[in-house]
Amino acid sequence: MAAVDDLQFEEFGDAATSAANPGTTTIHIEGPSESPTHQPGLPRGSGGEEDDELLGNDDSDKTELLAGQKKSSPFWTFEYYQTFFDVDTYQVFDRIKGSLLPIPGKNFVRLYIRSNPDLYGPFWICATLVFAIAISGNLSNFLIHLGEKTYHYVPEFRKVSIAATIIYAYAWLVPLALWGFLMWRNSKVMNIVSYSFLEIVCVYGYSLFIYIPTAVLWIIPQKAVRWILVMIALGISGSVLAMTFWPAVREDNRRIALATIGTIVLLHTLLSVGCLAYFFDAPEMDHLPTATVAPNQTVATAK
Amino acid sequence: MAKAAESSGDPGTTSPRPLMRDLKAVGKKFMHVLYPRKSNTLLRDWDLWGPLILCVTLALMLQRSSIDSEKDGGPQFAEVFVIVWFGAVTITLNSKLLGGNISFFQSLCVLGYCILPLTVAMLVCRLVLLAEPGPINFMVRLFVVVVMFAWSIVASTAFLADSQPPNRKALAIYPVFLFYFVISWMILTFTPQ
Repeated sequence: MAAVDDLQFEEFGDAATSAANPGTTTIHIEGPSESPTHQPGLPRGSGGEEDDELLGNDDSDKTELLAGQKKSSPFWTFEYYQTFFDVDTYQVFDRIKGSLLPIPGKNFVRLYIRSNPDLYGPFWICATLVFAIAISGNLSNFLIHLGEKTYHYVPEFRKVSIAATIIYAYAWLVPLALWGFLMWRNSKVMNIVSYSFLEIVCVYGYSLFIYIPTAVLWIIPQKAVRWILVMIALGISGSVLAMTFWPAVREDNRRIALATIGTIVLLHTLLSVGCLAYFFDAPEMDHLPTATVAPNQTVATAK
Repeated sequence: MAKAAESSGDPGTTSPRPLMRDLKAVGKKFMHVLYPRKSNTLLRDWDLWGPLILCVTLALMLQRSSIDSEKDGGPQFAEVFVIVWFGAVTITLNSKLLGGNISFFQSLCVLGYCILPLTVAMLVCRLVLLAEPGPINFMVRLFVVVVMFAWSIVASTAFLADSQPPNRKALAIYPVFLFYFVISWMILTFTPQ
């Protein structure tokens, strides 16, 4: 057992310390599409089954091995949390690209996350989104009300905290509720595909990325443009979410499956429309967006 | 700070030398930020006095008169303080979680000291705002803030980039960019009463 453990540990030890040693590269051995019964969220103890698989040369089992070993540190150590940041730059970019280009039939979790969910993406995408919405909203209001006599520019700093609360609550509580719901359905109906909590958080986090350029483009003070942007963003991120979660509920009762997907898309819609309504003032139809407005005009602000 | 600790072990001394030594150390680090080269001074002898001075200065200058600070919507003193320190701590944690080999306080020290260019930008902006308002006024302020923002990024990257493994450098640098961008935005949108 000791010799086999040394072999095991040495291989994984390289992967763990390579992050601390610059210059070494971490080689992730990704197998072909994993078997659907694999549940990546469960931590594995060092069981005898892993010894058997070690002697074999099965790549996908090695991935399972590493995935199981990764989460074995106790949760009060720093190393435990480091496992959620075990991503390289190109991986983060790939995941962002995957969230922007939903391919029908390809599952975001299977294709990109592959049992290596990270918290870097969701956290920093949400942070960027918070500031993007707050700053763009502020800029947009400034540009809309530019010529008005009664308008005094305020930075509206309070809105940052409100945006932060909304975005982070959405990015954590909705996945929590969804995970709880899927676990409950799993106990009743045997689903082939199930996701761990972190994978759901990861999907939601990356699916919010499309809203960052959308928020910046919302500065344009045209109602039609804004609503078209809402549609596009909702279409892309909604389809990423729908295609990810459809396999998880497909085995279930038809109506429950459709209701689940419908609720996911509905909540996503509420988030984007709510942010647009709250942070961005309505543009006036007859308001000229130039600084040289005739001073005789009194424009009624639709507040 | 290590030097101050060993000389303050003797409670009888009231000599100003430890204070001068600390001030000199802080001043030396200011110089290192203004002319960033690849040197280890900031990392080796870290201290948090410099960041504290800079943060307090920035927060004081960003504060408005309390009369209509409620309606004004700008950041309060405490808010600036919290953003700077909370942001620096978050970036440091992020850097360590990604596997960087820099210590917690060293990273805080670097991030705090590299706010110096933006504090200078704030000073310049306040001076420029004494002149008449208008688009030229805004352009000057915009230019100054953008230049200082770039300076802060370059300075902090020069010190922090080496501590990350090469395949994760961008992941560690991006939060620094976001941090200084938010501070620059607060400086740029400062409107006095």
